[in-house]
Amino acid sequence: MIEYLVRRILYAVPILIGVNLLTFALFFIVNTPDDMARMQLGIKRVTPEAIEKWKQQRGYDKPLLINSAASSTQKITETIFWQKSASMFVFDFGYSDDGRNITREISTRMGPSLAIALPTFMIGLVVYVSFALLMTLFRATALDMAGVALCVLLMSVSSLFYIIGGQFLVSKLWHLVPISGYTGGSDVFKFVLLPIVIGVIGGVGSSSRWYRTIFLEEIGKDYVRTARAKGLSELRVLFTHVLKNAMIPVLTGVVVVIPLLFMGSLLTESFFGIPGLGSYTIDAINAQDFSVVRAMVFLGSVLYITGLILTDLSYTIVDPRVRLT
Amino acid sequence: MNFMPVILWSDALVFLLLAAGVGVAWYVRKHEHLLLPWRRVARSGVAVVSLLVLILFLAVGMLDTFHYRAALEGGSKGETVYSSEVLSVFDKLVEPLRTRNEKSYSAPLAVTLYAKESLTDRQGNVVRDYPRLQYGGAHLAEAAQRGADVIKRALVGALAGVMAGLLLVVAARYGLAKYGLPLRPLSIAIVIITILLGVIANLATGYHVLGTDKVGQDVLYLSLKSIRTGLIIGTVTTLVTLPLALFFGIAAGYFRGWIDDVIQYIYTVLSSIPSVLLIAAAVLMMQVTIDTHPDWFATSASRADLRLVFLCLILGVTSWTGLCRLLRGETLKLREMEYIQAAQSFGVSSMRILSRHILPNVMHIVLIALVMDFSALVLAEAVLSYVGVGVDPTMISFGTMINAARLEMAREPMVWWALAAAFGFMLTLVLAANLFADAVRDAFDPRLNRTVA
Repeated sequence: MIEYLVRRILYAVPILIGVNLLTFALFFIVNTPDDMARMQLGIKRVTPEAIEKWKQQRGYDKPLLINSAASSTQKITETIFWQKSASMFVFDFGYSDDGRNITREISTRMGPSLAIALPTFMIGLVVYVSFALLMTLFRATALDMAGVALCVLLMSVSSLFYIIGGQFLVSKLWHLVPISGYTGGSDVFKFVLLPIVIGVIGGVGSSSRWYRTIFLEEIGKDYVRTARAKGLSELRVLFTHVLKNAMIPVLTGVVVVIPLLFMGSLLTESFFGIPGLGSYTIDAINAQDFSVVRAMVFLGSVLYITGLILTDLSYTIVDPRVRLT
Repeated sequence: MNFMPVILWSDALVFLLLAAGVGVAWYVRKHEHLLLPWRRVARSGVAVVSLLVLILFLAVGMLDTFHYRAALEGGSKGETVYSSEVLSVFDKLVEPLRTRNEKSYSAPLAVTLYAKESLTDRQGNVVRDYPRLQYGGAHLAEAAQRGADVIKRALVGALAGVMAGLLLVVAARYGLAKYGLPLRPLSIAIVIITILLGVIANLATGYHVLGTDKVGQDVLYLSLKSIRTGLIIGTVTTLVTLPLALFFGIAAGYFRGWIDDVIQYIYTVLSSIPSVLLIAAAVLMMQVTIDTHPDWFATSASRADLRLVFLCLILGVTSWTGLCRLLRGETLKLREMEYIQAAQSFGVSSMRILSRHILPNVMHIVLIALVMDFSALVLAEAVLSYVGVGVDPTMISFGTMINAARLEMAREPMVWWALAAAFGFMLTLVLAANLFADAVRDAFDPRLNRTVA
């Protein structure tokens, strides 16, 4: 088990190196730092001195990969790649364009992101699975048909509509909760309530339908027929047999997103003014703050790979036949 | 010639896709075993009706794809000067919608502007009132006649729609009877659609059916123009994903060994980056390239268009991994089948095994993935445009419409029609696509047990 874990973590290293090289190529080779400087300073009437100054302020005035002017190890370390890209492996993301430490910013913004994302995820999981179980219980009846039709309709609606519509209805028309904003302390509840509800509703369509497919696939198997033949009630079959055996495909899709909850949701956070990582990313994209976007790309893939490892571990918990060796 | 045809990059790609589509359809028609699942699709009422809706959207999108630049009046000495504005056949067809612009916001079917202005009445007094629109309801002498006029036009339009619809239904029943299509739902759908079109078309001659936006553009026109953008994002992207996923997926599954390792490594790296972030990073870089090379583009339309093509490219490069994984798994399974092993022991070359034996047997996965991805891509366009990494801000799309109208939520009373129109059109398109995709999946998925008809 421990051995397996170590091997998986070691296997993640080349992938992260790949991500790192990819972002490096994307941000420094597709467009050189000169191009970026020129765009940030305005295309026309930009002097070479201004470009040099811009690059120097951000530490982009070094060679990309190998600094032939420096000596010994500094040939490698005094370069953009080492200082801007390789340093991300120790979670040193450098500074954003407004001069703040990105690593510190990320750690303070994770809290608000989690305050929305974690409840959305947990409530969502319960709601979607229950809804799917209900449809499975009434499979091939009008109720099931109506449920599937509702799912298809809900998943055809843009996520933007859920947010805009929800804000309009709940905050503007009924004045139940503030439209947007966030505070710490006990008041936090009224700010996170609407984003959570909207997040859950927004996922009902695709998720419930997906779970329904999994449950239906499971319910056609022989052990279910055996269970029924023994005289078990349909409910008991559903909860003790089908649900348990459907855990593997369910976990495959679910566990992998748990670490990504730290990143928050881009749309929800920016519409509701939550100071989390999602709105941080959107602000960075709009301000074309490349160092922040680079940091978020790397952080996102670290979390995703963590999720993959967690998924494997979770299999051993729900299915004793799975041995990680 | 008083116009010059313009083929933008996206137009060329659409024509390429269309040609490929016609080619595939021609090939399928000749092969009964390929036609069989399509016959199953054609028997489903939901599928046929949603296909009809999709075809309508496609027609608008296609008309909007033939671009040209009109000649300007008064070119000097036989030399024609062409306007720098790139128009499409669709623009020409709905010219009144495009050109009858008001000053600012007006509600659907309104005859007055949305905000009060200082007006001078006949006696020369200055009063605060809602000014009449320049075009919307301009044929009415008094604003109070609007209700009766709207009802009259709607009824006339509906009547014309019913008649056209019934004619079409008779023609369809006569012409399509031998294909075993579900005629009843099809007929009902045709009549409903023609009534809607009749009402909208007849009202649009005198009013702005869906109101106007901030700069007075007709929202109906904007919504119709958005269709092409959505369709292009949904279809051209597949031009990128398909070759990548097919090539890498099948190669990884068939050759295994180090080829499999390398390909798995590539797609794990790509898929480990959250897709929005990868797209955002790539689009930001594209923006830098476009902004630092303004001399590449002759017209602003060609710049916006190239950005759209690049967006499709980026979406394609970031989203082929899912299909690739599926194809790899299926190929791994297929290569152990007896018929492949027989081919191998007969000494059939790898290339031939791949193209003759593997490729045809994974095509159902490809087809299902493509139709399922389409609606997701249309929805993604709106989100990406909101995030600021979507299409060019000057390009009309559902995303830019929503983005522009979002701020109007705060106005009192609210300007709701642009949002409603964008969401309504998007919902119709995506819902039709989803329903059709479901029918295709049901017909093609071999895992679903069905009695052979």
